[in-house]
Amino acid sequence: MIRDITIGQYYPAESAIHKLDPRVKLFSTLIYIIALFCFRGIAGFVIITAALAAVIKISKVPFKFMVKGLKAIVILLLITGVFNLLFTPGDITIWSWGPFKLTDAGISNAILMVLRLIYLILGTSLMTLTTTPNQLTDGLEKVLGPLNKIHVPVHAIAMMMSIALRFIPILIEETDKIMKAQMARGADFENGNLIQKARNMIPLLIPLFVSAFRRADDLAMAMEARCYSGGEGRTKMKPLTYDKKDYIAYILDSVFIVLVVAARVFVPFPM
Amino acid sequence: MSKDIEMGIIKADKLVHEFIRRDEEGNVESITTALDQVDLDVKEGQFIAILGHNGSGKSTLAKHINALLSPTEGSLWVDGMDVQEEENVIPVRRTAGMVFQNPDNQIIASVVEEDVGFGPENIGVPTDEIWERVAHSLAAVGMTKYRKHSPNKLSGGQKQRVAIAGVVAMEPKCIVFDEPTAMLDPNGRKEVISTAHELNRKKGVTILLITHYMEEVVDADYIYVMEKGQIVMQGTPREIFSRVEELKEHRLDVPQVTLVADELRKTGLDIPAGILTREELVDAIMRLR
Repeated sequence: MIRDITIGQYYPAESAIHKLDPRVKLFSTLIYIIALFCFRGIAGFVIITAALAAVIKISKVPFKFMVKGLKAIVILLLITGVFNLLFTPGDITIWSWGPFKLTDAGISNAILMVLRLIYLILGTSLMTLTTTPNQLTDGLEKVLGPLNKIHVPVHAIAMMMSIALRFIPILIEETDKIMKAQMARGADFENGNLIQKARNMIPLLIPLFVSAFRRADDLAMAMEARCYSGGEGRTKMKPLTYDKKDYIAYILDSVFIVLVVAARVFVPFPM
Repeated sequence: MSKDIEMGIIKADKLVHEFIRRDEEGNVESITTALDQVDLDVKEGQFIAILGHNGSGKSTLAKHINALLSPTEGSLWVDGMDVQEEENVIPVRRTAGMVFQNPDNQIIASVVEEDVGFGPENIGVPTDEIWERVAHSLAAVGMTKYRKHSPNKLSGGQKQRVAIAGVVAMEPKCIVFDEPTAMLDPNGRKEVISTAHELNRKKGVTILLITHYMEEVVDADYIYVMEKGQIVMQGTPREIFSRVEELKEHRLDVPQVTLVADELRKTGLDIPAGILTREELVDAIMRLR
């Protein structure tokens, strides 16, 4: 189950989306998130859905693969859905019991929030799926570059992020391994109340931390051995340069957000 | 220094390294001597093997060659550069690359080609040349096919070859392999060792292979055996492997073929000492008739 998390993973493929400049993708994701939280009415929803579907299609990332990433947040979706469903005050109360009540606003809110979350995960994971962590951090480094002037260690932060992303799947695999090893020794991760469960995690967490520190030590040494000495004097294998397709993407982003805002203004129903 | 002229690419002179353990007040608790008066002289283009059991100090020696550790006493020159000089650290690391034991913990990027490009990026190679070097190094280790892959999906041997390519891309004169096969299966081991030999043969890279697998060192030019921080035996593979009893004392496993030959010789058969391969043994036995 733990392996199904696709957030933060890269899906190698040859597509226009993969080739876009990471800065464009960061900007587009930001626009997408803004659109997701300010759209209103069915028209806006249709525009966002169409845009998302088109981008997924172009990206050549199998939709099935993306849906797998959603499995990890099913619980979160359920909680959000149920809370919105039962606690939203509204004009028409359909059913009520104690503090719980089912209202028209509750139903539409629940649907809206769950859809928003699903779209949010799909959209943002599309960015990480089509951008290698290195490109992503290169993009961030460049975008945040001006902060260097006020002594923010932008390069170091970017490097840490890219390494963290690279080690996610490795540590997940390791967690799996340690879990099985501890289970074979009689550890119990499933039964008991919340506190017991938390306590049962200790034999999992301690070896995991120890091994993570060891890895960090090894990695630091390997980086030093390859002459890494911070951001100064480094060249780039894949320097970021804008291309015609990047400008087109920026234009499409603008058109997209204008359409969503227009839909909010002119067709703000039925939500 | 006039000494520089005929000095080999790696030259250690009475190298000592002590790990000092201190308690909270900073008092010395214990001192472990990891390297004790080690002398080493490696000529350019050689394939050198350093054998030793766990804790024999061989990895500590490797880390000195890459300036990751600095000697407590004695001196070490890499390509004529004293590793103790602060300004030599980066040039030394460019001259002597290093491949580590755990393939997962030395791959930095999430795509094979980006990882290979990491070293050249660090030393400020222009972009176009980085691409050339990456293509070149991946071809040298036979991993071109996987250049766009994620390292997580590769086998241990393949990951280790990517790590080697990452070092090759920095175009070092010398590569130190610090137990590169300890975590690999037999197939992966073969891949890595034959890659090392190929680099040595085709590109003339000096190789220092540190290992405790005896089978891997039979093709080396020269072998050093370490025990408790000291070099206890040295010689060509044939010389080393003819001293079976001594090797056993140092808790090293002799290759099976050599062991069989040695046992046969002890029974009184006329078989020469220091047999390294199955073919040689077969020849020797055939000649008996």
